[in-house]
Amino acid sequence: MSGTGKENAMQTAEKIKPCYPLFRDDDYRKSLADKRSQFEEGHSAETVHETFLWTTTQEYQELNFKRSALTVDPAKACQPLGAVLCATGFHKTLPYVHGSQGCVAYFRTYFNRHFKEPCSCVSDSMTEDAAVFGGQKNMYDGLANAKAIYRPEMIAVSTTCMAEVIGDDLNAFINNTKKEGHIPQDFPVPFAHTPSFVGSHTTGWDNMFEGIMRSFTLNTMEGKQVGANGKINIVPGFETYLGNYRAIKRMLGEMDVDYTYLCDPSEVFDTPADGEFRMYAGGTTQDEIKDAPNAITTLLLQPTHLEKTKKFVENTWTHEVPKLNIPMGVDWTDEFLMKVSEVTGKAIPGSLAKERGRCMDLIADSHAWLHGKKFALYGDPDFVLGMVKILLECGAEPTHILSHNGNKRWTKAVDKLLASSPFGVNGKVYAGNDLWHMRSLCFTDKPDFLIGNSYGKYIQRDTRHKGEEFEVPLIRLGFPIFDRHHLHRQTTMGYEGTMSIVTQLTNAVLEQLDKETMAMGTTDFNFDLVR
Amino acid sequence: MAKLRQCAIYGKGGIGKSTTTQNLVAALAESGKKVLIVGCDPKADSTRLILHSKAQTTVMHLAAEAGSVEDLELEDVLSVGFGGIKCVESGGPEPGVGCAGRGVITAINFLEEEGAYTEDLDFVFYDVLGDVVCGGFAMPIRENKAQEIYIVCSGEMMAMYAANNISKGIVKYANSGGVRLAGLICNSRNTDREDELVMALASRLGTTMIHFVPRDNAVQHAEIRRMTMVEYDPAHKQSDEYRQLASKIVNNTNFVIPTPIEMEELEELLMEFGIMEAEDESIVGKTAAELAAEAA
Repeated sequence: MSGTGKENAMQTAEKIKPCYPLFRDDDYRKSLADKRSQFEEGHSAETVHETFLWTTTQEYQELNFKRSALTVDPAKACQPLGAVLCATGFHKTLPYVHGSQGCVAYFRTYFNRHFKEPCSCVSDSMTEDAAVFGGQKNMYDGLANAKAIYRPEMIAVSTTCMAEVIGDDLNAFINNTKKEGHIPQDFPVPFAHTPSFVGSHTTGWDNMFEGIMRSFTLNTMEGKQVGANGKINIVPGFETYLGNYRAIKRMLGEMDVDYTYLCDPSEVFDTPADGEFRMYAGGTTQDEIKDAPNAITTLLLQPTHLEKTKKFVENTWTHEVPKLNIPMGVDWTDEFLMKVSEVTGKAIPGSLAKERGRCMDLIADSHAWLHGKKFALYGDPDFVLGMVKILLECGAEPTHILSHNGNKRWTKAVDKLLASSPFGVNGKVYAGNDLWHMRSLCFTDKPDFLIGNSYGKYIQRDTRHKGEEFEVPLIRLGFPIFDRHHLHRQTTMGYEGTMSIVTQLTNAVLEQLDKETMAMGTTDFNFDLVR
Repeated sequence: MAKLRQCAIYGKGGIGKSTTTQNLVAALAESGKKVLIVGCDPKADSTRLILHSKAQTTVMHLAAEAGSVEDLELEDVLSVGFGGIKCVESGGPEPGVGCAGRGVITAINFLEEEGAYTEDLDFVFYDVLGDVVCGGFAMPIRENKAQEIYIVCSGEMMAMYAANNISKGIVKYANSGGVRLAGLICNSRNTDREDELVMALASRLGTTMIHFVPRDNAVQHAEIRRMTMVEYDPAHKQSDEYRQLASKIVNNTNFVIPTPIEMEELEELLMEFGIMEAEDESIVGKTAAELAAEAA
């Protein structure tokens, strides 16, 4: 068994290879080939390839878009995921999901993988008997245990499908839990029903947020007066870019505007490695929530998915919620800042005017590379709307614009935006479609780039499989991003966010151009040092 | 404007909940009240007498066709019938499949979100499937929904059992919220001393028999024509019965947390009225041959 060649091919303790390149070694290749031929009973490589090619055709796309009862590769997650994110944004608040344990494991890993941080969240582990008898007993024990063990100051309850299908009534259960003495009467337990089979993670965020605001303010509106505290409320919506929390705060700080960030998980998902584990960090305090109705008004950063919140803020707090778009791109950041200035009476300072000027300069420097480039994009409705805005501002062409959790009103908003620019003429809006639809579109009407979350990498792989000239490179923007590190720290809002996104887009274009022009002696006449 | 009163009607299957509800609501509408009926039964027969239709197109049926309840508009599911009564049916699956309880939850959430509970309404009536078999069928009595519950019953044994069981369910919700038992409606089956028996049960439950609706074939005659009594034959004495019931409900202020009774107590009550015979423990488990031998 001596001989150097053999040692190279094998896994040895001295040099451990990960699955790639290990599985490319001869012994693994043989083993995998044998498994395929002897046990898998698969179709021949020719049939597989033929079928693959068929899935790239216009004919297949038409069939694909006729799908009615099946979703392939959804570009959205479920309601309680959003509810959990919302709960983490409040001071010493434990997200508690009434229902199955597996669901909660999924929410936690989802955030772990995106933020590279722990995510504390509990479930009351409903099993077969709870499905039959209802989950009230689980809640008795669950709330008592969660409070005793994790010492939160608030427990925010949402639900999984199981509890929703059997019709568990959170209001009654929570009141009974208090009445039976499992937790004190005055311990805050806001709740939201979040059936996963309705809406998406953004709906769940909206529901949980409304539930928390309701529980702290609905019955204590007496003595509250709009404008009394001189602040403005900022509601982020389902927001996973930590940089956005910081950018908005910085801009408001520079304007000397007093504000309350209603829901702020930017600390708990970015705790320092100093030897101390922080289950809770930062977040909006209960006093801040109670004081929120006294604000001048409430600004919704992602208004498309904050319908329930808007209704509550308008009806209960009697705030006049300004009509704004997500503050992405120059124009909509302008609108945001001018609205803040208008409602607070504070001027926009020179520092922000300068920042805007830098952003304009950056766009002017790069726009020639983005001009006319075609981008397909997908994600949450407000984010996609903001991305379309930025693309149009740079003279880029959004082509396939998809939001799985977008609705009719969102479609209208995007169409209106597209109509406002000559670069929008080729844009087509897809609400309620999934990534398998997007895959078809990327084959039949190839964009130059695809913008979206990590799941888009499979579209890049598939398009490349057809041939290098068909490859659609993915630009990672959105949620979740699992396969690249630290992008969740990025900023997408404000001038800062616009600069960050335009930088990312431009460099993706240049990267691609380098890739195409580095062939020695054939294309390298354009492999330029200066771009 | 008076505050909107939301009422839920429960009772044993087949007892005449839907018929009683519609006749009652028609009488309320006749007296000028604005009423919404929400049928919470997959059979969807809670509004046919008001709308003169076989069965109204339901929320869930349309949602299934459209792919999602989010794609529906209120006017798709809301019909207006006799006396300006607004009608909605939640609908649900065929027997043996799916989850009818979730259908009720979905439909009621939809109505709330779409603003079906308008300010001009005086009453909302939920006509709920006979047996509250899961949390979904308790949806109408969750917080901020129906606060008054009326149980339709008769002097029959199983109807009394059901009324007591429903009261047990109400207690669960009454302890944590504002829902209250508002009375028993006796829909007569012409059994002996029926009114006394239902009154006795009502008092044990801590409530009253709000009205005794006598049995009259005219109700069936109206029903064949898919009409309520006050519309079909307003001058008939049975129409007056429903008018009386309506006015008693309008003036009702007797809302209680019910005090359901134990099975033994209920059986004693039934025995007292001769509905049930005392059990002879000595014959339990004995075959005919053994009994014959004993008798010999």
